[in-house]
Amino acid sequence: MAILDILKLPDPRLKEVSQEVERFDDELLAFIDDLEETRQAGPAAVGIAAPQVGRLQRIAIIDCSTTRKPVPNHGRLVLVNPEITEWDGFELGREGCLSVPDYTGNVIRAERIKMRALTPEGELREYEMEGYEARALQHEVDHLDGMLFIDRLVSRRTDLFQRKVYQKGGKKRK
Amino acid sequence: MKWQMLTLVGEDQPGIVAQVTDALFRGGYTLGEASMLRLGGNFTIMMMVDGGQSEQALSACIAPIADRLGLRFHLDPIHGGLHQHRVPNFQVRVNGADRAGIVAQVTGLLAESGFNILELDSDVVGSRDEPVYIMTIQGYAEETIETLEAALGKLETDEIDVHVSAIETLIG
Repeated sequence: MAILDILKLPDPRLKEVSQEVERFDDELLAFIDDLEETRQAGPAAVGIAAPQVGRLQRIAIIDCSTTRKPVPNHGRLVLVNPEITEWDGFELGREGCLSVPDYTGNVIRAERIKMRALTPEGELREYEMEGYEARALQHEVDHLDGMLFIDRLVSRRTDLFQRKVYQKGGKKRK
Repeated sequence: MKWQMLTLVGEDQPGIVAQVTDALFRGGYTLGEASMLRLGGNFTIMMMVDGGQSEQALSACIAPIADRLGLRFHLDPIHGGLHQHRVPNFQVRVNGADRAGIVAQVTGLLAESGFNILELDSDVVGSRDEPVYIMTIQGYAEETIETLEAALGKLETDEIDVHVSAIETLIG
């Protein structure tokens, strides 16, 4: 087990598209252990992707089970070759990144997604995610495609919340 | 490094940012955090500028551009510097019929709860006959959302909607 170095902006490797994993062996499992240890070593990150430590392969870990206020989640997931198959709705939320220290900003993400991925042993899994967990997954899949959240920033004046309230038929009176 | 806060205001027109920052770049100054916004037909700049040799020199660098573009500016030496961000954990949204005192009442109740405003955007929209006020506040508070909601519940009006939500910043 080892804590790996996190690549930071403007490292060009963060902008590269990662390759699919083809070999499911002990080396992969050992790397995943290191990746998880690295995620836990830093400032409370809910996710990490392999390219953030310089390994340009489609591997990510998310864990939304420890948020201040509990959110719907599937616990800790190690996702190999993850693929989002359906997107629904949109939501504004604040994000930061281990690879972009000292900055947070607003990003629009799909509110609900369906996705599939392989386990570290190569077995297919499918998940439906919503809200915070869906956001975490989209953030990590972006890393695998060479995108950072700062590539998706929206102006702080962008306010989708209002529209969302209207869609739900108006807010309740206080 | 010693920072100056440059405040610059004037009638909006294309090229203000380009000309001001070009003059600063040629003068050997560096820029820090900035907020630039069109407010009521004016363009406003609040920008951290690395003070260089002296306030006078910085002022002399900007003055010709400001004269040419009809802008007023002001410099303040500031304490602090870069990398002092605070991440907001609450957002407060306010909207309703525009009337005097909304901002004072809402922010007064928030201040009593120890809420530190980090960002505030407000606008008057709607029509001239029926103006609507919209405000978004992002800030930091140690209190729970229930405490903030209870505090804002003291607003004695049903003309405006006030809504608090937690911001759970995702780090990934």
